[in-house]
Amino acid sequence: MKIPYFPGCSLKSDAAHFEQSAIEFSKTLGVELVELPNWNCCGTVHSLTTDDIMHHLACVRNMVHAQELGKQLGTNKLITLCAMCYNTLAQVNELAKKKPDDLKTANEFIDDLPDYEGKVEVLHLLTFLNNYVSFEKIAKVVKGRLNGLKLAPYYGCLLVRPEHVKVDDRERPVLLSKLLGMVGAKCVEFPYAVECCGSYHTVNLKEAVIEKTYTIVNNARENGADAIVLSCPLCEFNLDKRQKDVKAVYPTFEPMPVFYFTELLALASGKKVNVNAHYVSPENVLRKYGL
Amino acid sequence: MEETKMIKVYIMGKEHEVPEGLTIMKAIEYAGYKIVRGAGCRAGFCGACATVYRKANDYKLRVALACQTVAEDGMYLTEIPFVPANKAIYDIEKVTPKANIILQHYPEVARCVACNTCTKSCPQDLKVMDYIQAMKRGDIAKAAELSFDCVQCGLCAARCPAEIVHYHAAQLARRIYGKYIAKPSPNLEKRIKEIEEGKYDEEIKKLKQMPLEEMKKKYMEQQKNAEKERD
Repeated sequence: MKIPYFPGCSLKSDAAHFEQSAIEFSKTLGVELVELPNWNCCGTVHSLTTDDIMHHLACVRNMVHAQELGKQLGTNKLITLCAMCYNTLAQVNELAKKKPDDLKTANEFIDDLPDYEGKVEVLHLLTFLNNYVSFEKIAKVVKGRLNGLKLAPYYGCLLVRPEHVKVDDRERPVLLSKLLGMVGAKCVEFPYAVECCGSYHTVNLKEAVIEKTYTIVNNARENGADAIVLSCPLCEFNLDKRQKDVKAVYPTFEPMPVFYFTELLALASGKKVNVNAHYVSPENVLRKYGL
Repeated sequence: MEETKMIKVYIMGKEHEVPEGLTIMKAIEYAGYKIVRGAGCRAGFCGACATVYRKANDYKLRVALACQTVAEDGMYLTEIPFVPANKAIYDIEKVTPKANIILQHYPEVARCVACNTCTKSCPQDLKVMDYIQAMKRGDIAKAAELSFDCVQCGLCAARCPAEIVHYHAAQLARRIYGKYIAKPSPNLEKRIKEIEEGKYDEEIKKLKQMPLEEMKKKYMEQQKNAEKERD
């Protein structure tokens, strides 16, 4: 099965191991993620101003690319990995479906591409695996097991908010726990699963993110986790790389490794984790569980 | 002899009659203006003559190189002497080819909304938006390749709603590519060494003293030999 796939900028640089593990794991399921030709940045933060069509053009352009590639592959689906890209693309896609006049304006402005017909289905990989592959099948296909690795599943904001693009329950999401549970991980109760990581405050208000990371990581540990698992390169930056800054403020702070969920799926299916891509090395934790 | 057809153009708002078929640059000069800043090679290579204009009965503000665009009846014309665009200062010896290096020097690149206005403005038909997008994702080699034919006229930067200075950022991409990413050419290094060692000094000296006609003949011979070698 070949499915159009939108990587996003971070997956081509800092989060290259997110993309690589997702592509490798999908292959074991017989799913080939086909990168959109000529994709552009999603625009990162979705513009909430309703008549601000200019800031929605980037997503509409990507939808056109997905639509055209989908026609060749015989599908209307578009898979994303980054929670931010998923959220931005899905929100604009909703607008395109609900506001035909605005879509017409966007289509007229984008005169170098075919019109977007509004039929693409934007899916986060988690939703795709749940709805179109099934976690049960994954458990059967994946031979290895994660040996009871204790994880705090972290969703942040963008996978579960707002209501019309959520991939799971807004307050108590379970997809990550269910999926990783199927391949032998043990996900702990984690009250901070849908807490904001501080997002782009990391650029100009690092102190705020340090407090967030300190609280979230400590809470994961108090609940028995040995690592955090997530799906957003910005959350990953704040929760993994900012631990260095947390340690500088709180010298007794104990670092905790952070994984993309696809790294663990790939690990369960026999691939190696690229430990060098992590700021907090996961080597000790992996060794503890014989992984 | 057939009489030259005249057209009406509006240069900086004032009506002028100029012969049909002139470029925008020549039409402005025909009307009596002297272009002091904003005229270079007059052959579409140097990018000095960026211009904005409107056509009759058309709301769109259009852009082009004045030396490459023919004036039409009813056009509103001017030439812009320079596109203001801030240039980042960096030491290429100290720059590293990491993914976010261009964003560090030109952070406004991240403001791109993918409207593609830059691509539509480019008189060189470059995929300007695509190279900006390549920069966003840290693909310096792609940005360098896509921007290779840029003449630095600045029209992309003049039209961009996100205030990006595309052509300066692209120059940084090409410099990084040339210095750190492109494979070194052994032939080039060999030739530079030969020049430095004075291998061609004698010949250059001879050429400099050669009568013009003889030099032309020698040049034609060299061209013919080069052609033969290519074939």
